[in-house]
Amino acid sequence: MAMEKKTAAFEYAPAPESRSVVDIAPSYGLFIDGEFTEAADGKVFKTVSPSTEEVLSEVARAGAEDVDRAVKAARKAFEKWSALPGSERAKYLFRIARIIQERSRELAVLETLDNGKPIKETRDADLPLVAAHFFYYAGWADKLDHAGFGANPRPLGVAGQVIPWNFPLLMLAWKIAPALATGNTVVLKPAETTPLSALFFADICRQAGLPKGVVNILTGYGDAGRALVEHPDVNKVAFTGSTAVGKAIARSVAGTDKKVTLELGGKGANIVFDDAPIDQAVEGIVTGIFFNQGQVCCAGSRLLVQESIQDELLDSLKRRLSTLRLGDPLDKNTDIGAINSAEQLARITALTETGEAEGAERWSAPCELPSAGYWFAPTLFTNVTQAHTIARDEIFGPVLSVLSFRTPDEAVAKANNSQYGLSAGIWTEKGSRILAVANKLRAGVVWANTFNKFDPTSPFGGYKESGFGREGGRHGLEGYLDV
Amino acid sequence: MSETPTRLSVFKTYKLYVGGKFPRSESGRVYEVVDSKGKWLANAPLSSRKDARDAVVAARKAFGGWAGATAYNRGQILYRIAEMLEGRRDQFVREVGEAEGLSKSKAGAVVDAAIDRWVWYAGWTDKIAQVVGGANPVAGPFFNLSTPEPTGVVTVLAPQDSSFLGLVSVVAPVIATGNTAIVIASEKAPLPALSLGEVLATSDLPGGVVNVLSGRTAEIAAPLAAHQDVNAIDLTGADAELARELEIAAADNLKRVLRAKAVDFTADPGTERLTAFLETKTVWHPTGSLGASGSAY
Repeated sequence: MAMEKKTAAFEYAPAPESRSVVDIAPSYGLFIDGEFTEAADGKVFKTVSPSTEEVLSEVARAGAEDVDRAVKAARKAFEKWSALPGSERAKYLFRIARIIQERSRELAVLETLDNGKPIKETRDADLPLVAAHFFYYAGWADKLDHAGFGANPRPLGVAGQVIPWNFPLLMLAWKIAPALATGNTVVLKPAETTPLSALFFADICRQAGLPKGVVNILTGYGDAGRALVEHPDVNKVAFTGSTAVGKAIARSVAGTDKKVTLELGGKGANIVFDDAPIDQAVEGIVTGIFFNQGQVCCAGSRLLVQESIQDELLDSLKRRLSTLRLGDPLDKNTDIGAINSAEQLARITALTETGEAEGAERWSAPCELPSAGYWFAPTLFTNVTQAHTIARDEIFGPVLSVLSFRTPDEAVAKANNSQYGLSAGIWTEKGSRILAVANKLRAGVVWANTFNKFDPTSPFGGYKESGFGREGGRHGLEGYLDV
Repeated sequence: MSETPTRLSVFKTYKLYVGGKFPRSESGRVYEVVDSKGKWLANAPLSSRKDARDAVVAARKAFGGWAGATAYNRGQILYRIAEMLEGRRDQFVREVGEAEGLSKSKAGAVVDAAIDRWVWYAGWTDKIAQVVGGANPVAGPFFNLSTPEPTGVVTVLAPQDSSFLGLVSVVAPVIATGNTAIVIASEKAPLPALSLGEVLATSDLPGGVVNVLSGRTAEIAAPLAAHQDVNAIDLTGADAELARELEIAAADNLKRVLRAKAVDFTADPGTERLTAFLETKTVWHPTGSLGASGSAY
């Protein structure tokens, strides 16, 4: 079939979102005890825009001494914060939610600049979900007696939280909103490639009048994250990131009283049965693996397609992928933005090379990659077996591995043949098959005839080596309560 | 008991309970079990690492069927366990009394509480999903439901002191929700646990759902904490140092870990042990729309 670029009728004029709504300072400090301060050793690092490699700002690099200072501030703030009536804590969170809504365009542009993801996503997915998450947990703060954890459930104390770069502000919201609602105080470390939105959030905390020390933001690298997780005065560790680091954290807290929740990697199976509506399934597959350039822990990175419709589905999928618009993330028409960092691009490149070396067949959408920045064309692999590296390892990029199956049992067996168990998708018009398959899948989130949907009321988290604990919903309170 | 000794009693050979069968340790080893005064009671199997691995195979094999059984059916079987125990109450009163140095009346109270605990958890099997699961009101046209599911194969280090009530209190919640268990009995008082295997075997509980090992807790627990096909571990029967080592080993495949802490097994158990070995699965489906037809009400 024809794979040439679609004709001019489908071309769009550039429609860039204005950068002028966001004012990025040339440098930022750590946010400790309500003040921006330099790192104790004066170290800094640069954060760049992955779509252009332009330096956006220079931020302080936290070390162990800063971690200690931040934990002390959080500990000091805990006494009063946890003693506040829940209804008062709620109002702080409602204020934060509202200010996020007010500043959402600014934050969306900022996030797109620092992360490289399309403005369409930050504007329509990340930011609305961030505000909704704070709004949701705000409402829990004075209702904890009724949450099913017994009367008067107590907070844990100081929460040490380490978040990834793929949804910087959304992951911050998932961590901070339930922690504050339940009366904990927080020290949060954003990822080193995306520190800016967390620093802007610090400013939102100031605007909201949040008592100093309740939220502390430490920008820095893995060493700061480790120091935070291992700090003896931290009562709760929440981590979203790689399974390897998650395991290291699980080891480091062994023998302590620290409560831990881990949201780690995935290799989600997206299962398409022969009776699925092909066009809808194709859209779901695209959403599943190309949303946020596939840099999503719950991505549907393994397509399991019933053998009888494989050719038809792949033809449609390739045709659809050829229409995806890759480029300037600030352009409102862009579907595929930049890969977050040179390091991540190298990892994706290496894994796809392994895929080819092991005998899988590669196809990439025909699109021009910008000369500056970090880019990877939407790619799929066919002739993939379950033993292939690209069928087992999380690639965390816009790369889909296609496997086929004949029977529902085989689909389930292949879907579950993974160390991970975070997400899965099912596409079929048959209701009983959806329920039967969903029941057998060992995954924390199952999307049937949809994919990559998120909501603050909906618990999210994995089975097996995708981690433990749930974020979101009533379930998300448990990880921050002494129950 | 002090009438004319006309008849020599028959001793029981205590054996492991694995996969619904009663094997000796594959190692052929045994160790002496004594009562609270140091009097010999029996030779119990001294389980090896291989016994532990065999138990994992049995527990994994049983998992699909047990997790897939209806909650009602699991409740029926747990209740049946209580019925079987009631019928063998005298035996357990004697064994618990010997194991823990309790008077007959105190041991009786322990056994009664253990029987009642099976009844308590029998009733939980078809209720826990309604308590911890439910519909989530997402902001979009989607059906969204969270349900609890069993974590999988769970290693349970039974408490060292409470050889029977404690044992039942840690095993029953694990299997009530559909997990399968490998239980390491109290090291110094394993006999009530080994006898419980005989009760389980006659209660319609499928073989492999509960597997009971006796021996040195640390020796058996180490390979289980590191085992890649074990999904969770309850450290109740471990001392602080062993618990730390096992928790580190358990991180290799991110086992769910229930840490050791002092427990009063006579108190209301709550739901903590039920929820410790549950995963939450959330399923989404579009609802579509029939349009704004509210006037039809």
